[in-house]
Amino acid sequence: MARHNVLGAVLVGALALAGCGGAKVGDTSSGATGDCGTFNLAINPWVGYEANAAVLAYVAEKELKCKVTKKELKEEVAWQGFGTGEVDAVVENWGHDDLRKKYIDEQKTAVSAGSTGVKGQIGWYVPPWLAKEHPDILDWNNLNKYADKFKTSESGDKGQLLDGDPSFVTNDEALVKNLNLNYKVVYGGSETALIQAFRQAEKDKKWVLGYFYSPQWLLNEVKLEKVKLPAYTPGCDADAEKIACDYPDYDLDKLVSKKFADANGPAFQLVKNFKWTNEDQNTVAKYIAEDKMKPEDAAKKWADANADKVKAWLPKA
Amino acid sequence: MVAVAAARQPPRVFQHKKSLIFAGVVLAWLALWLVFRNAWTLSLGAADLTPLHRWINEVNDAVGASRNSNPLFLYFFNEIRLVIDEFVTFIQALIAQPSFGRPVPVIGWLGVVAIAGFVSLVVAGWRIALLAVAGFVFLGLQGLWQESMDTLSLTLAAVVISLLVGIPLGIWAGLSDRANRILTPVLDFMQTMPTFVYLAPLTLFFLIGPASATIATLIYAAPPAIRITAHAIRSVPRNTVEASESLGATRSQTLVKVLLPSARKTIVLGVNQTIMAALAMVTIAALIDAPGLGKTVVKALQTLDVGTAFNAGLAIVVLAIVLDRVTTAAASERRTLPRWALFGGLGVTGVCVYLSYTYLWAAEFQSDVEIGTAIRKGATAVTEWAQDSLPVITDGFKDFVTFALINPLQALLAESPWFLVALVIVALSFMIGGVRPAIVSAVCVGLLIATGLWQDSMITLASTLVATIMVMVLGVVVGVWMGRSTRADRFIRPVLDAAQVMPAFVYLVPFLALFSASRFTAIIAAVVFAAPVAIKIIADGIRAVSPATVEASTALGSSSWQTIVKVQLPMARGALTLAANQGLIYVLSMVVVGGLVGAGALGYDVVAGFSQGQLYGKGLAAGVAIVVLGVMLDRLTQAAAKRWTN
Repeated sequence: MARHNVLGAVLVGALALAGCGGAKVGDTSSGATGDCGTFNLAINPWVGYEANAAVLAYVAEKELKCKVTKKELKEEVAWQGFGTGEVDAVVENWGHDDLRKKYIDEQKTAVSAGSTGVKGQIGWYVPPWLAKEHPDILDWNNLNKYADKFKTSESGDKGQLLDGDPSFVTNDEALVKNLNLNYKVVYGGSETALIQAFRQAEKDKKWVLGYFYSPQWLLNEVKLEKVKLPAYTPGCDADAEKIACDYPDYDLDKLVSKKFADANGPAFQLVKNFKWTNEDQNTVAKYIAEDKMKPEDAAKKWADANADKVKAWLPKA
Repeated sequence: MVAVAAARQPPRVFQHKKSLIFAGVVLAWLALWLVFRNAWTLSLGAADLTPLHRWINEVNDAVGASRNSNPLFLYFFNEIRLVIDEFVTFIQALIAQPSFGRPVPVIGWLGVVAIAGFVSLVVAGWRIALLAVAGFVFLGLQGLWQESMDTLSLTLAAVVISLLVGIPLGIWAGLSDRANRILTPVLDFMQTMPTFVYLAPLTLFFLIGPASATIATLIYAAPPAIRITAHAIRSVPRNTVEASESLGATRSQTLVKVLLPSARKTIVLGVNQTIMAALAMVTIAALIDAPGLGKTVVKALQTLDVGTAFNAGLAIVVLAIVLDRVTTAAASERRTLPRWALFGGLGVTGVCVYLSYTYLWAAEFQSDVEIGTAIRKGATAVTEWAQDSLPVITDGFKDFVTFALINPLQALLAESPWFLVALVIVALSFMIGGVRPAIVSAVCVGLLIATGLWQDSMITLASTLVATIMVMVLGVVVGVWMGRSTRADRFIRPVLDAAQVMPAFVYLVPFLALFSASRFTAIIAAVVFAAPVAIKIIADGIRAVSPATVEASTALGSSSWQTIVKVQLPMARGALTLAANQGLIYVLSMVVVGGLVGAGALGYDVVAGFSQGQLYGKGLAAGVAIVVLGVMLDRLTQAAAKRWTN
């Protein structure tokens, strides 16, 4: 028993000694905040969005001295946050006409803050090896010819069309029916399922036809090829059940809460002015997804190399 | 020996007749299925809605729109939110987040490790205290100190609130039969309703932030505390209570002096289950911005970074194992520490806390021996190896199970006319359990039809049954092995613990590579989660068979096989039925996760409802359908168990 006591005393002594040598808490102070205040930025769960948000957050913190609070949320919840005052901005939005109607037109809690400059595309994709070996597969007219090859345990006696993330609008069941394709839509249920399927398809030369979109970081790694569907014309998707045309191109845009816009602070100005290109976003997304950089480091790297672009976003004093 | 087992079985003739009727029902079903295949299946397309689904959407929109004017929000939900937010933020300020104008939390890593060690020492003894210290230091070495502390804060808050609400409710349900009858279905609902369904509405009621995350967690974590407390109170022997009453004790005296002390150990087990349930919610709560390890996992998966996700998942497992061992030990025996150890420990802890408050080195975990990178790389390498070399075998296995088991069962359930399946379900319920289960099943079938998702429910039911069969096969094989060998038990148990708390999201990525996006992948994910429970229950059941019986059987010249099949398994019947029941419930709780990897049906409906506004109502209906399936299967297995064990 006595030995334990001695041991304890020695331990305490050692700890105390070690402590005396260290730096004290509060020796260094953190940076001050400017007049920008707090900027609540929603982070929707995909890398392209993260790239937009990382750069915006970096600029807001560094140039405007805002206190940026990132909130990681799915789209639905983020839009809901406009009304409750918990979210100031959503900085990459794919269409979402239902949410627009609900929050911009009906509840009047959100307003548009213009385009991000990034063009979004949704469609059916095949792995590069398949496009190379069977180039005619890139035309939907030839899809039935290959339906047998796309059979899986989930699609029965038809070919499998793998659908993915339920967050995005899909017309695929209607498309399959109206284009008389001998395919069955199988719901993978997540982006993870899609990415894994395409990765493996390219590596093992497997037959996969699936719903995908660009910009997406995977396309830097596996150059998926888009299958041509009947061209989109305005209004061809008016009746959901009769759709027989491709998805429209999306102009990915930004949304802010009404309060945030009315206050018209420097952070809002920044969000409004923010505009870049698919290429810019892909660069930052690659830093994050493939080079495994932290979003803030990725943003810094890009911003340092593109000072002129960043400057154009800053509020005119 | 054989006679002992046989004596409990019902008379042969009776059983024979029953299995004949059973076979007749199934045959008639098959015949009618051939005739009516794909007619009246009540199928509903992925984007189609029923009036009910639209109505739920409207209600949801109306609630959202009235948020700022409704007094219920202004004076009720907002107040609750404020209290919980303050509570969580306070714990975070203590151990996780920079606070009170300091760049670091009040208590740094050294202080937290010391406190964890000291508390474990007091309630659980030296060995567990060492485990706790090692575990917490491990979290720091993984490079995840702050994330772990955020998760711990949220878990502690959710557990404390769960217990504050749960233990009184549990006592009430333990004392009053009526309370018990009212609470049981509510608790069933809380435990089987998929979290995805109420995640978005919660942020509407309680805003985005710690309050919503805590409430989401406690909805799932409070039921075990309530159930186990009620069970503990009910298990106190009647004559103890009567003795107390006959001595003239009042009701509250009996409660405080007799019931609670005798139920203490069991109640601590309830605390244990609540902690485990709370940790199981870490990743899901991250979807509404809950801070901590869950965020790391979710984020890593956006880039399919299995290594990083595994590292964070491992931290959750470490936290779970430490908290589990501490509470289990606390439940098993009461210890008194020698005075010197108590004061010595208190002194050392105090010094550590002070140091961690004052000095940077003790506040922020900065280690030169960082192991997180090694874990990340190792996990990535293993995953890549498995993804490259195993699919040849696994793909074939998937196809085999799909064509031999899943497809036929699904065809039978989902492609028969609905009234035929309904009739079969009610008839089987009657044969298994009698009138009451038949009525319950009939009501449940009616509710399934009302949700508008009959066919999806049947597809999910087929997968659930296949998964449960696999769980039971694994449960019996591994459970018997563990029950018969202490050494096997010692090695396998930690693996089972890990499988139960490792977030499913982590292993879904390699599973997708091995089995593609398919119903089978979903089934395997459910098996990984549900099998440990079944295995543990069966192992405990096998061990509980009296050694004398087993020795007698061996002495009579039975081989090990004969002893297992003729003696140990029949005598562990209670455990087997409990394992089947729990296996089913756990499998059902993975339906939504299955929806993320190709299961389709109800799981996908729920996921899609969480992601798309116009599908919200359908998602909610699918959630209700999962609950209804759960209640039906639970009551049915319980009725079967009663028949079989009596």
